[in-house]
Amino acid sequence: MELCSFLTLDSFITDPLTHDFMRKALLMSSLVAAVCGFLSSYLTLKGWALMGDAVSHSVMPGVVVAYALGLPFSLGAFVFGVGSVALIGFIKQKSRVKEDTVIGLVFTGFFALGIVLVSKIKSNIDLHSILFGSPLGISLSDVKQTIFISLLVVILLSIFRKDLMLYCFDPRHAKTVGINVFFLHYLLLTCLSLAAVVGLQSVGIILVVAMLITPGATAYLLTDKFDNMTVISVLSAVISSLIGIYVSFWFDLETGGSIVLAQTFIFLFAFLFAPRYGIFKLKKLFAGYK
Amino acid sequence: MESINYQNFRIDAENICVDYNGKVALYDANLRLKPGQICGLVGMNGAGKTTFFNALTGFVNISKGKIRINGESVRSAQKDQTIAYVPQNEGIDSQFPISVWDVVMMGRYGSMNIFRSPRESDVQAVKDAIERVDLTDHLSTPIGNLSGGQRKRTFLARAIAQRASILLLDEPFSGVDIRTEKLISELFIQFKNEGKTILLSTHDMIHVREFCDLVLLINKTVVAYGETSEVFTPENITTTFGGISPDFLFGPES
Repeated sequence: MELCSFLTLDSFITDPLTHDFMRKALLMSSLVAAVCGFLSSYLTLKGWALMGDAVSHSVMPGVVVAYALGLPFSLGAFVFGVGSVALIGFIKQKSRVKEDTVIGLVFTGFFALGIVLVSKIKSNIDLHSILFGSPLGISLSDVKQTIFISLLVVILLSIFRKDLMLYCFDPRHAKTVGINVFFLHYLLLTCLSLAAVVGLQSVGIILVVAMLITPGATAYLLTDKFDNMTVISVLSAVISSLIGIYVSFWFDLETGGSIVLAQTFIFLFAFLFAPRYGIFKLKKLFAGYK
Repeated sequence: MESINYQNFRIDAENICVDYNGKVALYDANLRLKPGQICGLVGMNGAGKTTFFNALTGFVNISKGKIRINGESVRSAQKDQTIAYVPQNEGIDSQFPISVWDVVMMGRYGSMNIFRSPRESDVQAVKDAIERVDLTDHLSTPIGNLSGGQRKRTFLARAIAQRASILLLDEPFSGVDIRTEKLISELFIQFKNEGKTILLSTHDMIHVREFCDLVLLINKTVVAYGETSEVFTPENITTTFGGISPDFLFGPES
């Protein structure tokens, strides 16, 4: 019976859809992936991968405190996400320690605080689902929060799409023509914190940085146009999410890990076969040797 | 004593100081430029050339002194798109997925609405600017596929599209081909005739003699400033470059 359902693609796709939790997981994870994928273009071009890692880990104590106090966990995560960046900036400015070191020590400090808090505040917080995500067990209030935050990020990024592109490309020019660079910097950080918050539900705190950088990196290998890069990034993120969830359903694998692995495989494929920037440069292979 | 009419100066920097977290990058620097003047900014690496540019564009705050741009504050100069900055080739990410057209259009962003949707006039300004730098054949070329000279011209076109009256150019001649160099020098003459003011940094002493009416020699502060013919002397240059003889820098004939 199990084997039969494997043999037809149709039931491979439709069977999981009969479960309510699977429909919800597929929809929510796609939404989250789209948001993270959208942001991913900016983060990879700005060179904020490490910053993404820092922010996503730093939200940990915020999530725990918010749960303990009965607040929306996104609020706690947001405060600690932005707070970590402010602290990184402060320490960097006031000491001679190099930036990457400061980033590393601040986010591990926050992360450790989160883990200690979880062990102390014996509530119904499930450490495993925070660390590794739980797209299959997402609650109704989480769904509402996720939709709200996702829409907010998408609207913000859409409005300031071109300004953010300019900010990533040439902040000096932006400043020279009177565009508020300070605002754009914190807008991007805010979106990063918010995306980390929704992303951690899908794949967990440890892997959420992958959602924020892998789709952008994949798209960067496939195009020379910024708008195309955003589209490819979103598509590859959503497709990875769907693949990851289906595969984890059929083979009983950890969902978050499966989603990120799917993204990694898509990246590797682009790395090897991208028409212009891949190792094997498919275009040339098809065109024959001149 | 006649009162100074600040409106006469495009750039008027008075005793400006810039420090980064207590480390002084530039102090007591003065500069006054009128419309149509081309001034060379000469100094060693780390002498404060980029800092000077950053102060004029408002990219860094000055800790002391005063800057007037066309008699107004730096802030209102930003709002009016008065200053255009043409970066060094090394100063930009050449692998950024963006075309010539998109870069030049960025020159118009400051005067567009919040969504930065181009109007007919913006499209025309971009077209004209690209034509003036002779890149019409490369409208949709990604900047990563351009030569150094073409990339330099792209950023010049952005400054033209911006319709700025002041141009700040960081090493405009470094790493460019002969054709670009010729085109840039022709543009300089046109800019001068249009009453634009140009401040350019350069390592090349020959370019200073060739293009610049005025020269500003700096080493954390102003070493010398004035007409190129008077100020650009071997003694001043030696002082600027911390005691290194100009013979060593640009040949014994100087």
